[in-house]
Amino acid sequence: MAEERRQKQCSVVLPTESMKAMAESVGVGQLQEDSCVALSEEVSYRIKEIAQDALKFMHHGKRRKLTTSDIDNALKLKNVEPLYGFQSQEFIPFRFASGGGRELHFYEEKEVDLSDIINTPLPRVPLDVSLKAHWLSIEGVQPSIPENPPPASKEQQKTESTEPLKVVKPGQEEKGTIQGKGQSTTTPDGKGKEKGLIRLKPRSTHELSVEQQLYYKEITEACVGSCEAKRAEALQSIATDPGLYQMLPRFSTFISEGVRVNVVQNNLALLIYLMRMVKALMDNPTLYLEKYLHELIPAVVTCIVSKQLCLRPDVDNHWALRDFAARLMAQSCKTFSTTTNNIQSRVTKTLTKSLFDDKTQWTTRYGCIAGLAELGADVIKTLILPRLTVEGARIKAVMEGPVVSNIDKIGAEHVQTLLLKHCASVIAKIRPQPDNVEQYRAEYGYLGPMLCSHVVKARTQATLQAQQVNRTTLTITQPRPTLSVSQSGLTGSGGPRTPSIIKVPSSLTLMSPRPGTPSQPSPPATKYIVMGTSAGAASTQQVITLSSSQSASPVTSTVPSATSTLQPLVKLESGGTPGLTASRPLQKYIVVSLPSSASSSLEPKSSVLPTSISSASLDGGIKLERSESPGVSTQSPH
Amino acid sequence: NESAPQESESNQIVSCSKIHIPSNHLGGFNRSNANDGRLLSSSPGAGTGGTATGNNKPAPGPPEEQQTLLAVLQFLKKSKLAESAEILRREAGLPEDALDPKGTDASGSGPGLAAGSGQVDGVDASSLLSRVTVSSSAAAQAPKKAAAGEDQPDVSVVLSAYSQQGDPSLYDAYYSGLKRFIESVLDCHRAELSQLFYPLFVHMYLELVYNNNESVAKAFFEKFSGDQECYYEQDLRILSSLTKKEHMKGNETLLDFRTSKFVLRISRDSYQLLKRHLQERQNNQIWNIIQEHLYIDIFDGMPRSKSQIDAMSGSLAGEARREANKAKVFYGLLKEPEIELPLDDEDEEAENEEGKPKKKKPKKDSMGSKSKKQDPNAPLQTRIPLPELKDSDKLDKIMYMKESTKRIRLGSDNLPSICFYTFLNAYQGLTAVDVTDDSSLIAGGFADSTVRVWSVTPKKLRKVKSAADLNLIDKESDDVLERIMDEKTASELKILYGHSGPVYGISFSPDRNYLLSSSEDGTIRLWSLQTFTCLVGYKGHNYPVWDTQFSPYGYYFVSGGHDRVARLWATDHYQPLRIFAGHLADITCTRFHPNSNYVATGSSDRTIRLWDVLNGNCVRIFTGHKGPIHALAFSPNGKFLASGATDGRVLLWDIGHGLMVGELKGHTDTIYSLRFSRDGEILASGSMDNTVRLWDAMKAFDDLETDDFTAATGHIHLQDNSQELLLGTYMTKSTPVLHLHFTRRNLLLAAGAYNP
Repeated sequence: MAEERRQKQCSVVLPTESMKAMAESVGVGQLQEDSCVALSEEVSYRIKEIAQDALKFMHHGKRRKLTTSDIDNALKLKNVEPLYGFQSQEFIPFRFASGGGRELHFYEEKEVDLSDIINTPLPRVPLDVSLKAHWLSIEGVQPSIPENPPPASKEQQKTESTEPLKVVKPGQEEKGTIQGKGQSTTTPDGKGKEKGLIRLKPRSTHELSVEQQLYYKEITEACVGSCEAKRAEALQSIATDPGLYQMLPRFSTFISEGVRVNVVQNNLALLIYLMRMVKALMDNPTLYLEKYLHELIPAVVTCIVSKQLCLRPDVDNHWALRDFAARLMAQSCKTFSTTTNNIQSRVTKTLTKSLFDDKTQWTTRYGCIAGLAELGADVIKTLILPRLTVEGARIKAVMEGPVVSNIDKIGAEHVQTLLLKHCASVIAKIRPQPDNVEQYRAEYGYLGPMLCSHVVKARTQATLQAQQVNRTTLTITQPRPTLSVSQSGLTGSGGPRTPSIIKVPSSLTLMSPRPGTPSQPSPPATKYIVMGTSAGAASTQQVITLSSSQSASPVTSTVPSATSTLQPLVKLESGGTPGLTASRPLQKYIVVSLPSSASSSLEPKSSVLPTSISSASLDGGIKLERSESPGVSTQSPH
Repeated sequence: NESAPQESESNQIVSCSKIHIPSNHLGGFNRSNANDGRLLSSSPGAGTGGTATGNNKPAPGPPEEQQTLLAVLQFLKKSKLAESAEILRREAGLPEDALDPKGTDASGSGPGLAAGSGQVDGVDASSLLSRVTVSSSAAAQAPKKAAAGEDQPDVSVVLSAYSQQGDPSLYDAYYSGLKRFIESVLDCHRAELSQLFYPLFVHMYLELVYNNNESVAKAFFEKFSGDQECYYEQDLRILSSLTKKEHMKGNETLLDFRTSKFVLRISRDSYQLLKRHLQERQNNQIWNIIQEHLYIDIFDGMPRSKSQIDAMSGSLAGEARREANKAKVFYGLLKEPEIELPLDDEDEEAENEEGKPKKKKPKKDSMGSKSKKQDPNAPLQTRIPLPELKDSDKLDKIMYMKESTKRIRLGSDNLPSICFYTFLNAYQGLTAVDVTDDSSLIAGGFADSTVRVWSVTPKKLRKVKSAADLNLIDKESDDVLERIMDEKTASELKILYGHSGPVYGISFSPDRNYLLSSSEDGTIRLWSLQTFTCLVGYKGHNYPVWDTQFSPYGYYFVSGGHDRVARLWATDHYQPLRIFAGHLADITCTRFHPNSNYVATGSSDRTIRLWDVLNGNCVRIFTGHKGPIHALAFSPNGKFLASGATDGRVLLWDIGHGLMVGELKGHTDTIYSLRFSRDGEILASGSMDNTVRLWDAMKAFDDLETDDFTAATGHIHLQDNSQELLLGTYMTKSTPVLHLHFTRRNLLLAAGAYNP
């Protein structure tokens, strides 16, 4: 392998075309081929020489990354004037251009309007260097504080739990082996240490240090105590501290025992606090929770489906706890369900079973439905929708029948709203329009008419939302024949984004924001596709301009002279309007740029442009482009 | 073997003339003369005159030195520096016509010089001739590097040895023939003879390139470069880019190969085998290269094993010759000054009052044994003049004694606590860190040319009042030292501006009054920590200065940089007292021996050299690292040296025997800091891989004392026990560890910049 690499090193020489290009850039027209070869060899050698020297500066600068200043210093060593002002914000500042059968990379230099620079407010002064001390180790043991890396990475915790024999923990390693040896000598069958180790493993005690015990005490007290501020702090600590893994078994037991006791005592507040602890534990990225699901999940499920969670079921809002626990359940199903533990299917089975049971109380029924509904649209579709008629009848019996008890009535009401909330959005997606009340009644029974109105509401909301997305992300200036896509304000994804320009060498680019399910409160951030290298004025803001076209214009965007004549045009096509099936992406931006003369005639037609640019091909394009752009890449494709 | 002593001398001459002379102004030559000064004069006090030429005693001395002078003279003449030449000639007491009969071109001057210097008994003329040729041409070479583009005919002299050659197409056959031969010999010889591959390969390749056989050279390189040991990859990369005769000018690596002989250590049996083979085959080409460019150090005894060879090889110019490490090194510690006795009493009293009389006993014992027994390995107290202790130093000593009684005894079951100082928001780049001995101040050197000093105790940093204000204070009062400070300037951080390039080296003086910083701009600056201003800028390196360090006794300091020489300075002289030349590449780190009589330098040529401060001689050369050395540390007893390099290994050296005694593997990136605990039980290493590792130094050194290492042949056999010696690994979040420091109570401080 090394050989191969070296051979490459030996032969790497700049191409002669580069020499030609460089010669042209300084005004030498016709460079002879021989000169090019000679030059390129010489230049390559000198570049390598400078790079070698620059490496020295990198090493002494205690860095792993070579910087432009290293190159400058290396040039200085050779008595060559360094390249002043070559400082780039971007990782690779080069632009690519092709044309006339040649391909070039060039350094884009924009014209800068001095008044712009003068008028822009000064950037914030960067923080000054400061010194901070912490304990990296105390008498040989690394304390678990945020300044130190997590003592056991998730991976390590995982191997620990799955392959207990391979455990190599820094602190306990020696002790373990010593004990192991002692064990093996005492075992009568001298079969080896391995047996001793197997037997040894369960004996290893996880002692908490005094500090950890104190911490545990403080945290648990704060979590179930009366001071809300303290609780918030404690939960924050659980959710972020990297060194909790040793206390995890304690926390897990604390929660499961706490739920057991407080369900019996119907202590709603404490149950809520305990569930918040579960949430915090799940939020902690350094914990490997898989080992303790057997304690946590029953506790959570208890909080979802328990018959009674509070002293006064008619007044207290135990429904919220059920909702919250249901969401936790869904989250843990999402993160921890695997083919081996089958959490999701087991949970689903349990919930369905009690849902199908006629004797189930309204509270439990509510919990079952909530738990199932949180698992996603598919679960709703397959498990809840078919039950709508039955449940409707049951609700009807309570609502319209003789008054049995107030509690039952409240329960039925809650179940009804819950069903409507979750089912409407799903139905809106899977059921074709129009929404006919009678049809709904026929299909879903008692709940039909209400469902119908909810579905209609959901549909309008969806379209509204989509339009809202448009408004926040697109500025469509009607009078002019051009459209520019811009992000209005910084509402998009929070935090100022550095203007990032995606380069697309040819043809067209687009963005397709897919709306989430309407039940999701936050619409997914819109995705932008930006076509780079246009006229300089527009590029300072988040204005997105496109310069290559779907029309047959062969002029590539990278030719600066040509771009100025091109006016980008953005066409918006809304797929969310009635008539299209709900499963399609609701909207799509098709971005083209056309000569300004032609665009006026096209403009009115824009709304009826067929979706011939298929979503599939566009999606492919998106994925490609997305990976290049730091701003967009955070948004995961559906 | 027979010409060994002369070889080492010639090496000295070569090395002295290999200094970079950065530019053609006179300052450059003064420095080269100062180097002569080191060869001639021996007392440091005397060697500190204003101009270095003043150092040259008018003693023509042995013919060797005269030759050197002649070579320098000739060089001065050639460079049209008549005045300097005249001064040198006068100072050296040479006759007016000393140079006249010499020809104008350097190549012609070789024999002339040799003849002019008279015949030395026992030296055969031809070896002398070649030596002078090398030295004079190398001297002529030096300015060429700086003044690039200037046409220097002398380059051809350096390279001329490559001109004689056989048929280029046969090189391949020669090399493969040798390869076949070596692969066919007995196993015990194969490892030793395999050492030949790399130097032969390099020189054959260079010959091909020199003779404009570019395509043949490329093919040769491609065919055989894969056979070379992986630790030569760095050099091979440089070689691979070198494909034209024109490139050879000014390529430093090439010059290293040419001007220094690659040293191989081979047992007599293996050598005979090789010799016989080459004579049988009439393979003169290879034989010539071996004769000219290699130095084969033949020893009697068992051939070495592959692992033994690998442990020692890897440097730019092969292994160290055995003679190079034979000189006696006084590695013992200096006797502690007498002032401690009265202080001891004070301490006792204080402790008695506190009611803790137990503690004093072990301390007193250790003190007593130290002062009674004169270490036979220690240098004379007056071997080099050291500054006298001031009152404040004595106070500090008292503090030191007090602190050390509270010192924790470390060991494998008693690991130190580590306090990590993280530099936050250091976006400009932290390049150097130092901590004062009493751990009260931390200084950081930054890539933005600033030096920042923090106080890590509640005591803030204050400037001395201005001269006008100082006049007002009562000089007789007891707290005058307190009164001279300006309260208004108190702050935790002071920034020192002055450098014009990244600050790569930084060092506090032992008395905490001064701070040294070395920078890319080629200067070393001395800062006052009383006024927080720059006091002196020491110029001389002219190229980036990678490291600098104060002597443990203050006053002296050492620096080393890109110009491949280390310089010894005294704070009150603006010119160096000693120039340590001999490294073949940048000096990357410098460190004083605890007794201040020696200086260790680590270099990019992957060797460590130990220099005698008294006479400027190189007394030890340690080879074995496979990458540039970035960290050095002496054990507190002065017996051992630890070194860390980019290869991620720590090597341990016995200074007295000049042998490698241990290898600590574990780090995965460059090691930037090494430090022994105050009593030498623990070695801490900090690296770019974001870890601090602790090693059981006691065990590493104890084991070896029971071992009998075969000092006679200089072989070592290292057992691979890194894992046993590793006591702990402590990971930071994302902070490379740039500096380590044991406080007087054996708490380990580490420092680095958070690197998000």
